[in-house]
Amino acid sequence: MLKLEGINKIFNEATPDEKIALDNIHLELKTGDFVTVIGSNGAGKSTMMNMISGALTPDLGKIEINGKDVTRLPEHKRSHFIGRVFQDPMAGTAPTMTIEENLAIAYSRNQKRTLRIGVDKKRREFFKESLETLHLNLENRLNAKVGLLSGGERQALSLLMATFTKPNILLLDEHTAALDPSRAELITNLTKQLVEKDKLTTLMVTHNMQQAIDLGNRLIMMDKGQIILEVEPSLKKDLQIDDLMLQFQHIRGEKMVSDRTLLSV
Amino acid sequence: MFTAIFGSVEQGIIYAIMALGVYITFRVLDFPDLTVDGSFVTGAATAATMITLGYNPIISTICAALAGFAAGSITGLLHTKAKINSLLSGILMMIALYSINLRIMGLTIDTAVGRPNIPLANSDSLFTAFSEFWGKLGIDKAFNGMLSNMGVEHVPNTWGTVFIMFILTFAIKFVLDWFLKTEIGLAIRATGDNGKMIRSFSANTDTLTILGLGLSNGLVALSGALIAQYGKFADVGMGIGMIVIGLASVIIGEAIFGTKTIARTTFAVIFGAIIYRIVLALALQVEFLDTGDMKLITAVIVVIALVIPTLRAKQKEKSRIAKRRAEHARAVKQEGKRSA
Ligand SMILES: Nc1ncnc2c1ncn2[C@@H]1O[C@H](COP(=O)(O)OP(=O)(O)OP(=O)(O)O)[C@@H](O)[C@H]1O
Ligand SMILES: [Mg+2]
Repeated sequence: MLKLEGINKIFNEATPDEKIALDNIHLELKTGDFVTVIGSNGAGKSTMMNMISGALTPDLGKIEINGKDVTRLPEHKRSHFIGRVFQDPMAGTAPTMTIEENLAIAYSRNQKRTLRIGVDKKRREFFKESLETLHLNLENRLNAKVGLLSGGERQALSLLMATFTKPNILLLDEHTAALDPSRAELITNLTKQLVEKDKLTTLMVTHNMQQAIDLGNRLIMMDKGQIILEVEPSLKKDLQIDDLMLQFQHIRGEKMVSDRTLLSV
Repeated sequence: MFTAIFGSVEQGIIYAIMALGVYITFRVLDFPDLTVDGSFVTGAATAATMITLGYNPIISTICAALAGFAAGSITGLLHTKAKINSLLSGILMMIALYSINLRIMGLTIDTAVGRPNIPLANSDSLFTAFSEFWGKLGIDKAFNGMLSNMGVEHVPNTWGTVFIMFILTFAIKFVLDWFLKTEIGLAIRATGDNGKMIRSFSANTDTLTILGLGLSNGLVALSGALIAQYGKFADVGMGIGMIVIGLASVIIGEAIFGTKTIARTTFAVIFGAIIYRIVLALALQVEFLDTGDMKLITAVIVVIALVIPTLRAKQKEKSRIAKRRAEHARAVKQEGKRSA
């Protein structure tokens, strides 16, 4: 389904700010895989997500989706088959447009946009039904401007919009990080529900170790632009936070950095 | 007085088309496009030139709008493909158009390549063509008879211009309202609202920006073509300050009528354009003000339209707090009485 081969990325090469963001990344996802990604700040997680979505182009390496080389395919073409939710709840929706208009934009993701009215009767019904699955009462606020919604509501809507058209790949980059714990849990459950419903192939970055362990069938840990640990489905089930900490220490020969990151449970 | 206001409405409804164009860039696309000062003249110049060369006024007007579309698209290309800052792209296009407009009008003479103005006093225009048909209906007589009975001294020559322009401008408004609700229209609005988001939903923001700028300047040029035919001349300097007039219309309209829905906002923009003309005409009736002060008056009107909503909101908040304080004081007093 998704294949990264020898991906390299250096920012600001040959300047004092030079930064090796990705160092020879190899990763393969099978259809239906749900991979959680952890790693300290600056490990290169977001950069990897941006490579897959096409927001950034790798210096070296190849990206394949469904056996097709997409390395040079621009972002807006790749997003036909990639759904994304960003960390910032503001980022995934258009604030001055209504809920139904936002959904209409998501709805026409994988078809050519035409001069057809975006929200017609039939679609409105469908949007309503889809919103009902969120249990946030948004189905009765179809004409509310999205800018008026709370961060959690917007993130739930973003998630629905990203999964609406059953994308081949779903990319979630710390999409619960900006929310308070109860909202974060709501979005986490929603993620599980939506991903399971359509068996979406998913890559999810998180700083919450417990979340990384609870969700998905595989886990990878990144550090300094490399994937330093891969936990396969058979082992992932019984994984504990302490295991991950020990593994990190073992591989890097140092204690896991105690930033906000890896310790938050 | 009546004549002055009638004239303002006539002009306002024509300039309203330009204001709708400015609304598309400034509000929908969130792109401060200064091409307008040039593309307005491009429309006027193209129409005047073609009419002078003997083309049908309708065809000339359509070509004028297309020329504006092309100009706007080039501004879009400068911004999206050459990565030039949005303000600068517009300014560059605006000054480039100054020369191009001279060249366009120059096509009407053999003695020079450029020409700064074209009079249309004796030429056909959309309005002369329409007034032939309109005259036969006898509506002018009926309206003016009514006005005379009401005691108005100087009655307008024709009601035809106002009539046809209301129809044309509102037709454009309704098409625009519809367009902004289509899949492509929604994508253009989202481009102005959140580019990152709409790119993640497989829309090419570059193309959409170019399209939006093209449409906007197409409307601006159409308005220029109509103003040239209405005023019976085209001049290379007639676009100076046009962007501010467009913005003034948008801001005045929004301040008065609000922006609740798109249909409401486009309505507001049209009436903003008319109100702006009326305010200007009334200001010019003041003894010591001169037509040369027009731009200054425009600037003042815009400042007022920008300040009033803020002041109103402040005032509202103030009285709300005062009310709450009074209520609170009353409650405390009663509480005190009861315990005593
Ligand atoms: N556009 C850029 N220009 C320069 N350096 C960048 C750019 N984007 C990222 N970097 C650098 O690349 C490294 C990897 O960044 P990235 O955002 O991928 O980290 P991350 O793993 O997502 O971290 P976090 O957990 O803090 O989100 C960082 O050191 C960052 O400073
Ligand atoms: Mg990140």
